[in-house]
Amino acid sequence: MIIFRYDKTFEGLLTAVFEAYQRKIFPDQLLADGESAPLFVGTDVHIDTNEEYAARVWRGAERRLSGTARAMVICCWLSELPEADILLFRFFRKTFDTPYMEINFGDPDILELSKIGKRVNGEKHRMLQFLRFQKTEDGTFFAPVEPLYNVLPLAVSHFRDRFADQPWLIYDIRRHYGYYYDLNVVSEISFTDAENHLITGLLDDRLMDKDERLFQKLWKTYFRATAIAERTNPRKQRGDMPVRYWKYLTEKQ
Amino acid sequence: MQEATLEKLKVLAESAKYDVSCSSSGTVRRNTEGTLGNTVGGLGICHSFADDGRCISLLKIMLTNVCMYDCAYCINRRSNDIRRATFSVTEVVELTMEFYRRNYIEGLFLSSGVVRNPDYTMERMVRIAKDLRTIHRFNGYIHLKSIPGAGQELVNEAGRYADRLSVNIEIPTEANLKLLAPEKDYRSVYQPMKFIGQGLLENKEDRRHYRHAPRFVPAGQSTQMIVGATPENDRDILRLSSALYTQPGMRRVYYSGFVPVNSYDSRLPALKQPPLVRENRLYQADWLLRFYQFRVDEIVDDTFPQLDLDIDPKLAWALRHPEKFPVDVNTAAYELLLRVPGIGVRSAQQIVAARRFGKLGFYQLKKIGIVMKKAQYFITCRELPVQTVNELSPTHVRQLLTPQSRKKTVDERQLSLVFEEE
Repeated sequence: MIIFRYDKTFEGLLTAVFEAYQRKIFPDQLLADGESAPLFVGTDVHIDTNEEYAARVWRGAERRLSGTARAMVICCWLSELPEADILLFRFFRKTFDTPYMEINFGDPDILELSKIGKRVNGEKHRMLQFLRFQKTEDGTFFAPVEPLYNVLPLAVSHFRDRFADQPWLIYDIRRHYGYYYDLNVVSEISFTDAENHLITGLLDDRLMDKDERLFQKLWKTYFRATAIAERTNPRKQRGDMPVRYWKYLTEKQ
Repeated sequence: MQEATLEKLKVLAESAKYDVSCSSSGTVRRNTEGTLGNTVGGLGICHSFADDGRCISLLKIMLTNVCMYDCAYCINRRSNDIRRATFSVTEVVELTMEFYRRNYIEGLFLSSGVVRNPDYTMERMVRIAKDLRTIHRFNGYIHLKSIPGAGQELVNEAGRYADRLSVNIEIPTEANLKLLAPEKDYRSVYQPMKFIGQGLLENKEDRRHYRHAPRFVPAGQSTQMIVGATPENDRDILRLSSALYTQPGMRRVYYSGFVPVNSYDSRLPALKQPPLVRENRLYQADWLLRFYQFRVDEIVDDTFPQLDLDIDPKLAWALRHPEKFPVDVNTAAYELLLRVPGIGVRSAQQIVAARRFGKLGFYQLKKIGIVMKKAQYFITCRELPVQTVNELSPTHVRQLLTPQSRKKTVDERQLSLVFEEE
């Protein structure tokens, strides 16, 4: 069995693809440095991440893959699933060796990648749906999120476009980073000393804008008033709006 | 904005909730400098789901629930003794802007009871859309209800600010509409619909000459029919929808299962609960019309005027036409694949793409996401042929695919002992 070790970054993965083609050996497993190897390892190669090689592989991908397929690759990487990197490796190899391979949905790897891509895209879409801002007293809009996959980078451009005339902060509570928009640029930020609202996702009353409570109340009122009692269907509600999002939904608090 | 608004919001949201339409799709508009919002098109975004499972995408409210009409199916009819309220322009504008800023909604869906006359009411609604767009620089989605009987100038002005306009047909035949809503007729409904269509065609022509000509209702128009309030059958309803889809810019026809809101009115049927299954089947048939290249007379005709409530309309069609099957997934045209029960638009596209690389088998089809439980009786693939609908006969397949009721039956293999109580 051949294993490659790399630093678990996307550039590292691309370098691994480059090195594999250069050495003409292709790994069966990708491991992090220091991770324990399985039994019967034939070759154990350490890959040093190289920006230049990575860029070359990505340029190759741009030539050979459609925009949709490249978006799928990014989605699959952001899924942070344990098997995602070796799947991506096999995907690169197949699509680089065979033209138009990316649409061969009969192939298990291609299909698996498109399914993961679909799942990650779904999670991104649910972020656009269920993210809720709370207005702070200095006029910044704060939203906590906790997505299953690391989809915040995919969703930021949407919020930048939509809420262009208000400063906002979206913070991923599970992964401890977020994006702040100051009416000019969006910048990635990370707080070291976690304040209470970065843990619970709820703003304190002293940090809250004076009208915030009223609008939350108005929204809750609207949410209740718009349901038709004769058609109550909690199963569909939970199916379309899974319970794990309810924690940060104003109308469900 | 005060607590008084809270009461109004409650009353006017409750008055507006029986309108089904809530979609925010159909137009892609990026943000422009100094404005708030964009529209995403494609799927649209549902921001929440109410307790009845319906999506909340737009702030669906009425400007006022005071109405001079007395339509039997409507909760806001003149003769009903309910709480009445009216929003001011600033209240609607502020609610929309503030809800939007918190990512609660995609935009505004404004409807209204008819006060004084249709033109007066329409003018006030257009005023709100205009204020939102020009003064508050709101760039999100706006859906305006066009009041039946409103004049052409007003409809044209509304179309400049709104993304979508809609006029509700409500009752599928004019005779029954006359019966339930004596003050309305089909002319008053079709007239604004025609104005919207005309505006759309003119705008298309304009934009051919001037690329930056402002767009007119970019998300087109929609309409709604109440199902189950009057004795029309599904054939009448679907024929009307298919005719409506030929109107310029008609994107959606909604079906609303009749909720008996005015149970005292003897012109209306007494229902225990809204016809939800029938509504669902109508939507399925509607999808067949729009995405699966079916014609309306293939789904319902004079022999089968009603949709089958036990099985979906596509399966029903397939069982009536066993001669079209089995379809070979590895060679059949895309249009034929779409007609196989269990294969959707996305799967059909994936099959067409994947079969260029090799013949597809049962396992791969299952992986792609085809509902093999249904599709297996209607296709052949790489494997040896299995029993299809022709060998098993349609009645047998129908029996196999009809969902059994969940009621627990007595297990006959299990011995049961009766202990009589003393």
